[in-house]
Amino acid sequence: MTKFSDEKLAKVQEIIARYPDGKQKSALLPVLHLAQEEFGWLSSDTMDYVASLLSIEPIEVYEVATFYSMYNLQPVGRYTFEVCQTGPCMIKGSDDIISYIEQKLNIKPGQTTEDGMFTLKTVECLGACGYAPMMQMGKFYKEHLTKEKVDAIIDECRKTAAANN
Amino acid sequence: MAVKLLLEKAHVEGIRTYDVYRREGGYRAVEKALKSMSPEAIVEEVKKSGLRGRGGAGFPTGMKWSFIAKPEGVPRHLVCNADESEPGTFKDRYLMEFIPHLLIEGLIISSFALGSNATYIYIRGEYAWIPDILEQAIAEAKANGWLGKNILGTGFDCEIYVQRGAGAYICGEETALIESLEGKRGNPRIKPPFPAVKGVWDRPTVVNNVETLAAVVPIINLTGEEYAKIGVGRSTGTKLISACGNINKPGVYEIDMTISVEEFIYSDEYCGGIANGKRLKACIPGGSSVPILPANLLFKTAKGETRYMNYESLSDGGFATGSMMGSGGFIVLDEDQCVVKHTYTLARFYRHESCGQCSPCREGTGWMEKILKNIDTGKGKMSDIDLLWDIQRKIEGNTICPLGDAAAWPVAAAIRHFRDEFEWHVLNPEESQVRNFGLAHYADAREVVA
Amino acid sequence: MVIHIDNKEYNIKSGKNLLEACLSVGLDLPYFCWHPAMGSVGACRQCAVKVYKDENDTKGRLVMSCMEGVKDGLYLSIEDKTAKEFREQVIEWLMTNHPHDCPVCDEGGACHLQDMTVMTGHDYRRFKYKKRTYTNQYLGPLIHHEMNRCIQCYRCVRYYRDYAGGDDLNVFAAHNHVYFGREKDGVLQSPFSGNLSEVCPTGVFTDKTLKEHYTRKWDLTMSPSVCNHCSVGCNTIAAERYGELRCILNRYNGDVNGYFLCDRGRFGYEFVNSENRIKRVIIRNRAGEASTEEELMQHLQPLVSMSKIIGIGSPRASLESNFALMQLVGKQNFYQGISEDEAHLNRVCIDVLQSGSVHSASLKEIEQADAVLVVGEDIWNTAPMMALAVRQAVVKTAGAEASQHVQIPVWLDSAIKELAQEDKGFLAVLNVSASPLDELATHAWHATPDDLSRAAFAIAAYLQPGKLQADNFSEELTNQAKAIGEALKQAKNPVIITGVSSYNDNVIKAAFDIAASLNTAGRKTGMACVMTECNSMGLALMDAPAFNHAMDSVRPNGHATAVILENDLYRHLTPNLVDNFLNKCDHIIVLDSLHNSTTEKASVLLPAATFAEGDGTLVNNEGRAQRFFQVIPNADTQVKESWQWLWKMQMLRSQKVNGHVLHPDELLQKMETDMPQFKGITSVSPGHDYTIHGERIPREPHRYSGRTAIQANKNVSEPKPFYDGDSPLSFTMEGFKGVPPSWAVPFFWAPGWNSVQSVAKYQDEPNGSLKGGNPGVRLLQDKKKENADLFFKDVPEQFVITKDKWLLLPKFHVLGSGELSGYTKALEVLSPELFAIISPKSAEALNVKEGDMLQLTDAGIAYGSLPVKVLDNMCDGVVFVNAGSRGTVGMNWGTRINLAKVN
Repeated sequence: MTKFSDEKLAKVQEIIARYPDGKQKSALLPVLHLAQEEFGWLSSDTMDYVASLLSIEPIEVYEVATFYSMYNLQPVGRYTFEVCQTGPCMIKGSDDIISYIEQKLNIKPGQTTEDGMFTLKTVECLGACGYAPMMQMGKFYKEHLTKEKVDAIIDECRKTAAANN
Repeated sequence: MAVKLLLEKAHVEGIRTYDVYRREGGYRAVEKALKSMSPEAIVEEVKKSGLRGRGGAGFPTGMKWSFIAKPEGVPRHLVCNADESEPGTFKDRYLMEFIPHLLIEGLIISSFALGSNATYIYIRGEYAWIPDILEQAIAEAKANGWLGKNILGTGFDCEIYVQRGAGAYICGEETALIESLEGKRGNPRIKPPFPAVKGVWDRPTVVNNVETLAAVVPIINLTGEEYAKIGVGRSTGTKLISACGNINKPGVYEIDMTISVEEFIYSDEYCGGIANGKRLKACIPGGSSVPILPANLLFKTAKGETRYMNYESLSDGGFATGSMMGSGGFIVLDEDQCVVKHTYTLARFYRHESCGQCSPCREGTGWMEKILKNIDTGKGKMSDIDLLWDIQRKIEGNTICPLGDAAAWPVAAAIRHFRDEFEWHVLNPEESQVRNFGLAHYADAREVVA
Repeated sequence: MVIHIDNKEYNIKSGKNLLEACLSVGLDLPYFCWHPAMGSVGACRQCAVKVYKDENDTKGRLVMSCMEGVKDGLYLSIEDKTAKEFREQVIEWLMTNHPHDCPVCDEGGACHLQDMTVMTGHDYRRFKYKKRTYTNQYLGPLIHHEMNRCIQCYRCVRYYRDYAGGDDLNVFAAHNHVYFGREKDGVLQSPFSGNLSEVCPTGVFTDKTLKEHYTRKWDLTMSPSVCNHCSVGCNTIAAERYGELRCILNRYNGDVNGYFLCDRGRFGYEFVNSENRIKRVIIRNRAGEASTEEELMQHLQPLVSMSKIIGIGSPRASLESNFALMQLVGKQNFYQGISEDEAHLNRVCIDVLQSGSVHSASLKEIEQADAVLVVGEDIWNTAPMMALAVRQAVVKTAGAEASQHVQIPVWLDSAIKELAQEDKGFLAVLNVSASPLDELATHAWHATPDDLSRAAFAIAAYLQPGKLQADNFSEELTNQAKAIGEALKQAKNPVIITGVSSYNDNVIKAAFDIAASLNTAGRKTGMACVMTECNSMGLALMDAPAFNHAMDSVRPNGHATAVILENDLYRHLTPNLVDNFLNKCDHIIVLDSLHNSTTEKASVLLPAATFAEGDGTLVNNEGRAQRFFQVIPNADTQVKESWQWLWKMQMLRSQKVNGHVLHPDELLQKMETDMPQFKGITSVSPGHDYTIHGERIPREPHRYSGRTAIQANKNVSEPKPFYDGDSPLSFTMEGFKGVPPSWAVPFFWAPGWNSVQSVAKYQDEPNGSLKGGNPGVRLLQDKKKENADLFFKDVPEQFVITKDKWLLLPKFHVLGSGELSGYTKALEVLSPELFAIISPKSAEALNVKEGDMLQLTDAGIAYGSLPVKVLDNMCDGVVFVNAGSRGTVGMNWGTRINLAKVN
């Protein structure tokens, strides 16, 4: 059963309170972010739950969630590498970084490693062009990527995961 | 050393915190504005400053503010557009990340000027850590009486909220941003009605870029008249330029719009020259949607005059031989870069970011992407280049929002200035896969200048 | 105002957009996303034209014609080269992902996208890549989904969500991969989903029932028809091939249904093709069928010659048939085939609508109302298109109000939607139970019919202080009356809707009092009374006694013959009543099209034509008489219109054999002479001998194919086409090729316009009247009778709930309550099962829960037992039984019955 903790529910109320009365649908994007943080991805159950929190129809949530690229409508790995491939990153070698990750993790963009640890995605410009090539991992950016840096990031992820398990 | 109005204090230790920011003279402008100026006077000051929207369109900010409708009993809103998504542009992120209080200060003054009691910062979703920084700054400002109820005893109430987008370039377009803020798909609205009359929740709304709103602080501190003295002509004040690509020093620079493009690229104060001793091939000076310029048109205009880093000079020659200031996303390509491939990535970007509402953009961007991919991978035909030209020509100006133009211009300019490179790809399908076209007959701009 | 289009001057109404202007003067300009009923959103960019500053401007600018309003003296060009090139380019864009599957697409030949593609001249494909593909969805038995064909005009979601208020269809994803569908496979929930097939400019949403027996539009024989599944009388096009009814299409009528139909109307046609049809004469208690007509006549001769012959009329048979029956049996022996209660209610409706104190509102007028009150009629389920009209009134009023402040034209749909936000026009719904209409309502209140009428009387008392004793009302009622009355007073053209399905005349009377009170200077007040069947109004206007009196008129062993016209009496009346009557009659002649409980009792059963095989006139609840025309030739069957059979019987009875061929127009002429209330009925459509320049109006498009082969299984030489002597329409493709008069439009087609969008060529202007006026003749006059000051003053007592007696009321279902439409498989599966429906409190009182069985008895009549269904949002003290569905029987609706739990 999909349900937020009391703390998260309070956060939802706080978000809703930012908007005028009756315009609680405005909270949809932030609450979906919250749900994705909490549950990892947005299943129909999760989206239905969000709909109920905002008193809107579930289909309105699907309509919106499918529009934006950041919402995961499929389960993803523990760590998602979203590598930018737009012009400014491309000229700084993002293609090489992508192939390197593909080869290293043995997955193609859009896929997740068998151990459920890593998902690789290619994304369009993330606004870090001066620090290219780069990728987003969770909340933060990993910039000035090199093969060595990618190795280090992957190792770090595995270590953290092992330590937390 | 050029004038710095926004980033002067950006690297003062601890400037992110309220105490340091305040100690460095922060919130003086709020005090001045709220205590000694009327909202109308602030609008007038911004008009006088000649400040133009820093998001890309360059529309005079004061004028935009004066359009806001003030129907009795209807709340008005200021929305800060922090949905910085134009490839090559990362200046707003820099400003918000390093000197968040400057934006908050600008927002308080602007909210007061516009009568917005609830102001929203709509920030692109990928900048996931920045809302924390902003919310921290907002909390500090509030704790110190700069936000909340009855600010400075003026009776003015104001709250600032941060809302994250979720990955949609189109939400940088103001009406799409409003839709998104309302929790909907980011489909741009048809204008009229304009946001200034009917914006978010059907209320009068002004949407301004981060840098624009931050610039209100120095305008109030200096007065509009003094601010207008900085820069040249209608390019007043300072502008943040985010420089990237094959340069030695990528990053965000504040310029006063009197420096030349050449100086910007080669001066150590700014980009520090082309990286790895390579030669300059081309540059997109204002974010990926503005026309790419080959080196020979970059430093000198078609008339042979020096090209400067300002609105007028960058667009000198129109699209035939000029470009635009745009959002200040400065992308530099060296001799090893392939214009076809670069244009292809941009076409892919715009296809991916089209909202899907109107036909030219939805279908046209997808088609351009496919053609460019084919040419880039050695499968193109000569007629594909003409077809590309035809498609972009019919997208331009014929879509609901400017995304159509943004998608068409880079393709148009690439063909306009680099047609031989496209043709070379078509004529040399195999060779083009193993080596770059390079500079060919384009000389390094410096050689031309010399 | 005058505008210049390609250097020609045109007079255009102000307030239009340029696209509407061009279409209204008959020019061709392609478009997709704009829809006359839904306005402009500027999404497809197909309708681009050049607009010039003045006559000296040679450059001009490209604009989307649907997004710009007309201005006096404006110059525009459709033919401009840039504009033409751009329009061609738009089609090319749309075609990049549109599959080239026209040969296997149901839309082919009636496809707006095909038409527009040809119109722009796009013919060469420069896109050489793989097309985008999608997974289709199962959308239920009515609509087929084929997403690959989508051109993303957004019309479907705009129609389904914004116009029709549905919420289970939407747009998903973004960029060049937007998807229109449901969240997952499943039946579309809106009862107006069928319009998607006409709203969609191509083959994404198509009629799934047509798919079962598919025919191209150009191969259909089509006739103007009128829906016979409720009392609203929507105009339809009935389409035939190989003797089978293939589909029902919308027939635009600017005063009635406009561009849309409900799903019961669109998909309920398949009873015509049902295996349950009566196709041959059946003479019971006699060996063998009557093989020839002569034999039949011989058999009928003594039956119709009995001294006592009683005619039982029908609310679903045409005026012609009812009148022919009246002619056969004599006025004194003609009875309405409905209960005394229903006849009384219908009479009250007619009395109030004819009082002259109110105006009988058309659907169009309801749509344009600025405040609506619904009292005691569940129109969502009994008159679906009226509910859709109310929705438009509520939504558009808010939009129109909002637009005034910012000078945004009302056709600018996207902007209007933003402006209106959640604001709505005024709607109050006072009903026994909730319906989806409640969601739009400012006030929604549920009570028993008596209490509903009290609430309505309270409003009337508020509007006309002093006329009614107001101290009788509770504070709640008084407050509510004030709120609703005040809102109605603010309106300029309010509409009050009521109807018979609450089985309570006070409801109608009170509604009338409100309407009459509002109908003062400066305010045009409409009133609408919903009835049960497609010709309830027509039958009621004939002013005959109800069925009960027929029974009284037959003495035991009175040697009577009953002639029962197209009426399953067991559905309208309690079984004991019907049995009593039938047992008293020596002979029972039944004319009907489908076997039912009444036809079971027939001694002679005559195969009656359905609307598809015959001609006739129906009167809808507005009082609008409308003609339907035969579409299936019945040359080689025994099926005849009832009025034909009845005429033959009359000839037998009067022993006149003069060989005169009766035309329906003659019946109507006689009817007009005999019954002044039908004045004007002859002008609904001209006589059978009407021609245009000597030509008849063809039912077949000029590209109709296979005519020489269509009967080849019977005769290799092409037979003579079926000759229709009853109407000016012919069963051929030859004849008048232009736009026929509005009452005789068999199909919409114009050169270059093969799809339904061609309706524009038949209209004065988009969304306006058909050329020459919308079809139909209003029989109810607005003229106030002298000295008439009708005002009802008897306010009933408050309803008192008792433990042992429950008020029995019918519960209708939007798709399931049509007697005839129930024979469409697709609708049958979507119809509810039979239940005894009660409120949670009632369930508590009866100590039952869902699934338990309840025994229903009424003063000796055992109705049997039904499973319990508990419904929130309905009033206490009432038991609903599903009505109208197959298997339901007539009950004493509106009476109090006993309920007991079956253990």
